Amino acid sequence: MARHKISSFNASSLALGFAFLYLPIVILVIYSFNASRLVTVWGGWSLHWYREFFNDSAMIEAAWMSLRVAVTSASIATLLGTFAAVALTRGENFFGRTLFSGMLYAPLVMPEVITGLSLLLLFVALNAERGFWTVTVAHVTLTMCFVCVVVQSRLTSLDKSLEEAAMDLGCDPMRAFIAVTLPLIAPAIAAGWMLAFTLSLDDLVIASFTTGPGSATLPIRIYSEVRLGVKPEINAICTLVIGLIAAVIVVASLASKLSSTQGESAAPA
Amino acid sequence: MSARRIFVRPARFSAIAPYIWMLLFFLVPFGFVAKISLSQTAIAQPPYTPVFDLGAGGATLKEAFATLSLDNFRLLVSDNLYVFSYLRSLVVALTATAILLLIGYPIAYGMARLPKPWQAVVMMLVIVPFWTSFLIRIYAWINILQHDGLLNQILLALHLVSQPVVWLSTDTAMYLGIVYSYLPFMILPLYATLAKMEPALEEAASDLGASPLHVFWLVTFPLSLPGVGAGVLLCFIPIVGEFVIPDLLAGSNSLMIGQTLWLEFFTNKDWPVASATAVVLLVLLLAPLLLYERMQRRQLEAR
Repeated sequence: MARHKISSFNASSLALGFAFLYLPIVILVIYSFNASRLVTVWGGWSLHWYREFFNDSAMIEAAWMSLRVAVTSASIATLLGTFAAVALTRGENFFGRTLFSGMLYAPLVMPEVITGLSLLLLFVALNAERGFWTVTVAHVTLTMCFVCVVVQSRLTSLDKSLEEAAMDLGCDPMRAFIAVTLPLIAPAIAAGWMLAFTLSLDDLVIASFTTGPGSATLPIRIYSEVRLGVKPEINAICTLVIGLIAAVIVVASLASKLSSTQGESAAPA
Repeated sequence: MSARRIFVRPARFSAIAPYIWMLLFFLVPFGFVAKISLSQTAIAQPPYTPVFDLGAGGATLKEAFATLSLDNFRLLVSDNLYVFSYLRSLVVALTATAILLLIGYPIAYGMARLPKPWQAVVMMLVIVPFWTSFLIRIYAWINILQHDGLLNQILLALHLVSQPVVWLSTDTAMYLGIVYSYLPFMILPLYATLAKMEPALEEAASDLGASPLHVFWLVTFPLSLPGVGAGVLLCFIPIVGEFVIPDLLAGSNSLMIGQTLWLEFFTNKDWPVASATAVVLLVLLLAPLLLYERMQRRQLEAR
């Protein structure tokens, strides 16, 4: 009896929690197909606001810039973050290890205004031309820490004896890593890339500080439109972004499933 | 053993590239913030007078030290605007974190007590909104909360209110936005500790006569403290410096420190004061940041 009571409490807190998390997004998506110019009046289904977006060249340009930044920075961040995770889990103690891990964990919670301002001041001091590359570098700095944590937790949970067995059988450490460890951590690396990609696509604050005139990212444009009030076109753009992210999640999880089964079949060979 | 020692070396070398990157783009920039926070505001491009020029040599270096100024910090202490926005940030972050804990805990607990195969699905459901844009999720709330938005329409239709309620530009909306955005950050660490907990411990306590409330307070909660700590820090630290949510959802008569910094930088173009604001914010957050790092290290590098 008592057990049954607890589980109904649990069920309702879960249901309420998930309704809270998902309803606003669902409403946003539905209203993006609203034919009416007034955001709040339902005028029937329509793709009008999507057409509006594809005719808005400034918005398209910003979206293109954001996509380029997200793909480039996520790729660099995945490489560096994976290296960092390997060093932290397999490198034992090296000089400055505490500083290293500290620098990697701090950006996870550091307020973005601080990170953004400090990077901008660096770029100004270096006299770097602000635009695509400064935003990309800034995003790599933030997102590689997330990649590192994701890959690191996978590496820590791996059985080290697999690598050691490969080395006992004559693999050099590099080969053992590539043939045994890498396939096993591939899902985490894919998840890390995805996370880096979406974080970059999402970032407003750091991009606002580090970008230059004439190269606004999508969140910067959305933000300036939102400040002026709700526009149905923004609903359409947001829906497209959500769709893109959903697609990335699906593709990446399929890819990681594929690579992890490959890894399992490769491991005994 | 020997194989393991050989393995250590190349792994160590993989630290080089990310190490250099983080030194250059994370640590060194703080030096520039510190430096510019000590310089004078100027109407120029960039808008500050250089404090010292590293290429200039010893004689000018001494001269440069004489021009260092603490004026920006004096301004921060003497002007109520800054003091109030620091205080407001701390109050908002503390309140929001408390609400998050109260809402997040039952959800995490419910998740941890689900049958195992369901847990993976529910876990995914918590993570997915975290992948969709922060800005988009705030925008979604503006849609709902605006004057003739869905919430007011529903309230009017149900005759709960006679005229539209002002939701936007209020602290209520801001707290709603913060709780909404940060909820996954609170749930996930709580869930991680609660899922690891042995249910037999709770059963033992209740078999020995403890009421459900006692079981929770004497067994479950103390055992989940590591998760509570992680969730609280993961929410509290970034909320203190939050910009987007208060800017879009709260009223403009009292600002959080992230907004003040933004205003100084983008509107007033006062880089030295913005830098000083950042320095003070960083100092305020130093203790929780160090605590958070220690916890991350313990969790990720446990051997």
